[in-house]
Parts: sequence; C-alpha cells; structure tokens
Amino acid sequence: MRRLTPYLLILPGGLWLAVFLVVPMVFMASVSTQEGDVVNGFAQTFAFSNYTDALARYQTQFLRSAGYGLAGTVLAVLLAYPVAYWIAFRGGARKSTYLLLVLLPFFVSFVLRTVSWKFLLADDGMLLGPLKSAGLLAADFHVLQTTTAVIGGLVYNYLPFMILPIYVSLERVDPSVVEAARDLYASRAGAFTRVVLPLSLPGIFAGVLMTFVPMTSDYVNAAILGGPANTMIGNIIQTEYLVNNDYPVGAALSFTLMAVMLAGIFAYARVLGTENVLEAAAR
Amino acid sequence: MRTGDRLLRIYVWLVLAWLFAPIIVMIVFGFNDTRSKSNVSWQGFTLAWWGRLDEFPLLTAAVLDSITIALLVTVIATVLGTLMGIALGRHRFRGQAATNLVMFAAISSPELVMGASLLSLFVSMGVETGYWTIVVAHVLFAVSFVAVTVRARVVGLDRSVEEAARDLGATPWVTFWRVTLPMILPGVVAGALLAFALSIDDFVITQFTSGSTTTFPLWIYGAVRIGVPPQVNILGTLIFAAGAAIAVVNSINARRRT
Amino acid sequence: MDLRNDPAFLRGMTHSRRDALRLAGLAAAGLTLGACGVQGKKAAPPEKDAVADYWASKKQNGALRFANWPLYIDKDGKDYPSLERFTKDTGIAVTYQEPIQDNSTWFGKIQPLLAANQDIGHDLMVMTNGIQLSRALALGYLVPLDHAKLPNFAANAAEKVKNPVWDANNAHTIPWTVGVTGVAYNPEYVDGDITSLQELWNPKYKGKIGMMLDTQEVANFAMFLLGIDPDRSGRSDWEKAAAKLREQRDAGLVRKYYENDYVDALVRGDVWITMAWSGDIFQQVAEGKNLKFVVPDEGGTIWTDNMCIPKGARNPVDALTLMDYVYRPEIASMLVEYINYITPVPATRDLVVAHAAKAKKAEDRKFLEGVAESPLIYPSEADQARLRSYKTLSSAEEKFFEDLFQPITQG
Repeated sequence: MRRLTPYLLILPGGLWLAVFLVVPMVFMASVSTQEGDVVNGFAQTFAFSNYTDALARYQTQFLRSAGYGLAGTVLAVLLAYPVAYWIAFRGGARKSTYLLLVLLPFFVSFVLRTVSWKFLLADDGMLLGPLKSAGLLAADFHVLQTTTAVIGGLVYNYLPFMILPIYVSLERVDPSVVEAARDLYASRAGAFTRVVLPLSLPGIFAGVLMTFVPMTSDYVNAAILGGPANTMIGNIIQTEYLVNNDYPVGAALSFTLMAVMLAGIFAYARVLGTENVLEAAAR
Repeated sequence: MRTGDRLLRIYVWLVLAWLFAPIIVMIVFGFNDTRSKSNVSWQGFTLAWWGRLDEFPLLTAAVLDSITIALLVTVIATVLGTLMGIALGRHRFRGQAATNLVMFAAISSPELVMGASLLSLFVSMGVETGYWTIVVAHVLFAVSFVAVTVRARVVGLDRSVEEAARDLGATPWVTFWRVTLPMILPGVVAGALLAFALSIDDFVITQFTSGSTTTFPLWIYGAVRIGVPPQVNILGTLIFAAGAAIAVVNSINARRRT
Repeated sequence: MDLRNDPAFLRGMTHSRRDALRLAGLAAAGLTLGACGVQGKKAAPPEKDAVADYWASKKQNGALRFANWPLYIDKDGKDYPSLERFTKDTGIAVTYQEPIQDNSTWFGKIQPLLAANQDIGHDLMVMTNGIQLSRALALGYLVPLDHAKLPNFAANAAEKVKNPVWDANNAHTIPWTVGVTGVAYNPEYVDGDITSLQELWNPKYKGKIGMMLDTQEVANFAMFLLGIDPDRSGRSDWEKAAAKLREQRDAGLVRKYYENDYVDALVRGDVWITMAWSGDIFQQVAEGKNLKFVVPDEGGTIWTDNMCIPKGARNPVDALTLMDYVYRPEIASMLVEYINYITPVPATRDLVVAHAAKAKKAEDRKFLEGVAESPLIYPSEADQARLRSYKTLSSAEEKFFEDLFQPITQG
C-alpha cells in the first residue's frame, strides 16, 4: 500500500496534465499536417508543406518576434539589475517593502496595464501633449504604433520576472564576501565585476529564461501598442486560429515556435553548463 | 551616502515611478467626468461612475465569470496540486522525473502554444469551447504552480513530528489531517493564492479556449476597439486594491513569522 | 496580478526538468498518431419550402438574445428605451449584448458553432454585407425570413434597401442601418478642405493616416483611387489595388489598420486623416469635436448592416418580431436619433423634425435639427450617385481576394 501512495497522490493531477497538456500537443502536431477548411473539415494528409508554406509566408514575423524578444530581454536585464542590486544591498530593513512595491503594479490585469500605456502614450496625450505644445517635439512625433512602444510594453509587462530572480541570487551573496573582495581588488568596480556579478549570474540566467519565452510569443502588446510594421508571430497565430479558422497553418506556426523555443532553452542550458538554470537561481 | 548610492537610489525610484505610471492613470481615470463614449482626456472629477458600475450587463457578467472561474480553478488546482506536491516532496518513485518534466513544461511553455494546442484538441474532438473549457485550461497551468509551491514546503518539513504522531497511535489519515496538513498549510495557501491570481488575470489561454464566454480581461481587450468606459478603470482599481491588500497582509504576516 | 514571483514559488522551482527531450519525443509520436482529422461541418443544402418548413413549428417564447455592434442602439443610462418599449408591447424580454467588433472576428467566432449546428448564444445578429455575410448565406447558416410576419418592413422600408444584390428579395436579411465609408480628418492638423482620396496617400501625413482592417473597405478605396468601379472589377484590378495599398503601407504612411478604434485614435490625435464611417463622425461632431467627414470625389462606399437570424437560434419568432418592430417609424426614429447612421425608414425624417420642435432643451433641439438636416443621415441624390457597394464575390474569387488583401492589413 505504501508503495502505491505516491502514485495515488500523483494520479489526479498527473492525469489532468497528461490529458490537457501532452495530448493536446499530439493533436496540434496532427492538425498541423492536415488540409481543408472549417466548413468541409480538415483531413489528415501529412501535408508537411504546411510548415514550409507558413514559414515562407511569415518568416518576417518570426524574425521580428525573435528580435523583439531578444531586445526586450537585454533591456530588462539592464533595467532590472540595478534595482535588484539596490534592494538586495541597500534595502536594509525595508527590503520586503521595496519588493512589494515592485510587484504591486502587477496586481492590475495585464491587458488593462497595456491599455493604460496606450492612454499615456497617445499622440496628444498626457506625456507627449505638453511636450508638443511646448514645441519640444514635432507635431507628428509619436510613440504608439512604433517598435519602441511594443518593446517598451514587453519590457514593462515582464520586468518583475527579471528583477525577482536577480534579487534572489544577489540576496544570497554574503556581504562579508563583498567586503573581502573590496579589500582584495581595491576598487568597487573590480569587486563588482569579479565577485558580485558572477555570483548573480544564475539569477540573470533564470530571469532571461522567464522573460524571453513569454516576450517572444506575446501578441497583446503588438496588438494594442503596435502598428502594421510590428506584427509578431503571436498575432499571426491568433488570427489564423480565431479569425480565419485556419487551424493547420496556426498549428504549424505554433509548433515551429515551440520547437525553436525548446531548442533555444536547451542550447542555452547547455552553454551555461547548468543542469537546471532555475534550480541554480532558486537555491 | 556616496554619490553612486544616491544616483542608484534615484534610479530605483524612477523605475518604480515607471512601473506605477499606468496604474495611477487607470485609477485616476475612473474618476473622470467624461461625457464622451470613450474615456481618453481629463474632463473633471466625478464619483458618478461608482454608482453606475453595473451599466454594462456584459461587463458585469464577465467580471462574475472571471471570479467564479478563478474560484473553481483555485479549488481544483489546489487539491490536485497539493497531492502532487506531497508526492513529489515526500516520496521517491518511478516516473518522478517524468512528472517533474511535464510540470516544468506546463510552467515554462509559451501560453500561446498551450492555448493553440488546447484549441486543436477541442476542435478535433468536437468539444464546444466555453466556460468549462476555460476552467480546464486554467487548472492545467495552475496545478503545476501549486504543486511546486507545496513541494517546497514539504521538502523543508521536519518528519519527526509525523513519526511521533504515528508512534502515539494516530492512523495515517488522522496524521495527515491533524499534523501534515497544518504544517504544509502555508505552502497550500500560497499555492491557492497563486492559482487564483493566475486564473483571474489570464488572457492568452482564455482567448483560445473561451468560445462565446467572456471574462474580464477578454472584455477589456474587446473594449479597446471602441473605447474603454470608466467602469473598467473602477473594476480594475477594485481588483488591484483587493490583490494589493492580500499581498500587504501576507507580507506583514511573513515578517511577523520570521 | 502576478504572484509567480512569490519567493515560496521560486524556492519551489528547485528541482524539475531533467531530460526534457522526452517531451519532444512525445510530440513526434503525435504525428504518427495523427491520422484523425478535424471533422467536416458542412451544412445540408437548404430545402425548397424552407420558409414554411422552418416556421411551421416555431412559437414565440417571450425571450430574445440580440447580438449587436457596440453603441449601435439608443441608450439612456443603462436602459435601452426602444427595447423597453418592445418588451412592453410584445411581452418579449430582450437580452441585449454587443459582442460584434468586426465582421471577420465575429464570423471566426461563430462559424465553428454554426457549422456544427449549435446555438451561437444569440437569436438575432447584425452583420455587414460583405464576404462574411455572403459566406454565411452560401453555407446556409441563416434562417429564411417569413415576410408574412414583416408587414412594417414591407410598408416602411425605403425602396433602395429592398432586394439587395447580396440577398435577393431580402430572403434572409433586412437592414438595421445603412452607412457610408468616407474620409474623416482633423482640420487642426490638415490644411484646407479635403476632397480627394489622394490625401490618404499624401506623405505629408506620414504615420498619421488611418486605414481600415476590413479587406473590402481598403480594397474599395484603392480602387476608387485608381478610378476602378468595384462593381465591375476583376482580378487584375485587385492586384493593382493591392499594389497601391502595399505601397502606402511600406512607405510607413499608415499608422494602423483600425477596426472601430479609429474613432478613438482620431479623437486622441493619433491619426489626423482616416477612413471613417459616417455615423461615428456625426456623433463626435455633435459632442463638440472639431472633425470633418467627406465623401471623396473619387467615390465612397455604401454598406448595409443587416439583421439576420442564425441557424440554431432558440427564439426565432421573437427575433422576427423585433426585426419588424424596428420598422415602425416611431421606433426607427428613436434609433436614428441615437445611432446617427442612415436609416432604412425614410418616414423618420418628419418624426425627427417633430421631436426637435417639441424638445425642451435648446441643446437637444439643435441636435435633432442637425440629425434631420444632415447629409450623412439623409444623403442627397448627388452624394448617393458617388457611392458604391462592395463587390459581391464568388467563392472562388473570395479566396483570391482575401489572400491578396489580408496580408496587407493583418500581416
């Protein structure tokens, strides 16, 4: 009986995951090689050409998404690191208050936050309006529907996923180690680059993992803040599935996206030489 | 304080201001005395919208659906996830690695892909999407988060307490209810809150599995195209306030415990 | 809100993921398993005596679920006066919803349900003549109307809206409103009076030009620009039109391809000149916004939003009752005074004038007089001569057309 216990405990949740995570992936793989339309139905014809066709048609959006994800991730690291650093080493007794402040905005719904940015950034809105009437900006200057707006939105929406892991890794750094390093290398910069930064790398790696994937596959920011030149692969998949009801094309694109991401994650983990990046971050 | 530190401090406050800017805009525009059908420029202060919260029946229904879905998801995911967390944290068994792997996949794979694959399943099986498919999808991503959170608590447990209970003649069942569960309760509660929060805010997977059901985030997304009414700002503010209150209480409690 | 950053959770992420390649293996296995297809959902072809057969067994249920576009019915606080009168007069309670934002998204949402013979959750809906409506008609998704139960439509509808090309003899649809797609602009930023479509391609307004997401809308405008009559257009014309649109897009002139949200963008100043629907601009101007609307010299598009009953509706008799009810001139005038699009009931004009005379507030009187006199709501013959409909596409043409224009607006 005791040997059965773990299986009984795992069973309900495990079944749920198997039926609704693993099986759907199988079905998506199947749908991705079907042909037809929603009226006459889709038949399995092993049309692998769905993949080549979809990739040929939407390679721009694929590359753009990867670019946005990359740019967003790098920006997020640069923005998040000093914040995490300051909270970890200068936060003192109010560390958890600062952390809470970082997290509080994210109690507002993701979509609503993005919509708020749309108001803020309007061409004659709260931010740009006064600058324009003061003559500091050209009348046709705009942020909305530009690459800047979309990447800005991505960074904004996923920043805490970068701050927190970095903070967690920095917090574990023993202050006496930093002091010792300062004695050793004499300069603060030296102490930072040779001791603190390497010790916080696992946090950065974890943060990258937790931001790059959702940023690259996002479509809400591009839909709300972007223009015709900012369409991401997520927007295409969403349209194919929900507007055009062209499931095979949508499935082929999603599957490609997932494969590329998985390959990326493994390559990333391999390069870092860590068996488990998240594990390193959380320890 | 040295200049470097001072600059850093200013920087941190600037980032915080950036993080809070859209939130403040959202809250403030819930008080905007706009007469237009869209709420884009400041017209003066009013409390009128608070009395007219239920003006959009579909919005009210969407908020209620969001809340009931989140509650259902919390209950199901917490039960299933807690059991999984206990199994993973307490036992060594064949298939453990595979379970961990699938949980990791559920947590880290793009929401878009999960939504797309679920919809592929539903259209292939001829399942009509709607309220219940949303619940199924939300439990799917929430259960792993609960399991992971509970597992962390279970791993850190002192097993001697349970052994003592058993030595004193308690049945495994009684031991579980009277000893184990109270000890892992903080993990279970954290997991449950996480499940609720993830569910009520989810947009991407919901959009793919919703059919003709509308949740709060979906309603907002639809309203973006015609102008978001101030009621949305107020509802957003209320949900924000509730979440923030829970977080603040939680953090105060955590500080008291340590 | 997001608690994924809860330290309890982060700590929990300590051990997982060993050989994740197994997952890829599982996925690959899916392909071999995947011999099953997504089932076909083609509807049976409509029968001959469809009208009689359909309505024979149907009864009034006292309930109606109405799906419309946002802000497309008279509203007073949270009440809909015309629907309340309907309920009082007929005893039919209406659940009024506004889930339709644009035709393609809406059709994408309901098509799987209609194809599977399921109830879409609404008994009455409003769709624009165009690709999606034609598709719905061709696939037998719409209930044939029993015109014996539509006496007000027969008596009061304008001759122009009867028997449209897309639905002979109004067999399945009757108009809710009619509207015009033209050009709207903000005189603050745009010099002089705009009369030509050319201005939508003017580099002076780079990044400040709004176009529409709907493929038929943009295609028509590009054809007007090229001097092509959409009614007589063919594949080569569309290719030319697409090239024109691509040129406009690639030069960065187009700010965004909008749905209903172009109004907000125009009001907020995000765009200065944009394709626009007449009624929206009329409303904004009535609210005091400094905006102008023109039907360009080269032409404008006239379209009709049609009421229709989806197959699988639970309360078709109730739906039909409302369809006829809104053709009572008194009700139609309530609608036009709020919606501000072209009404299919010409008799409303005198009623609007009468309402204006009776209005207590000067503000209201002025507004109602404006409605009665507006060429956007009661267009002149000269204006109407410049208006064209969307091209009615055969299903073979439709695929070609969509593959050509969709990548421009959705890519």
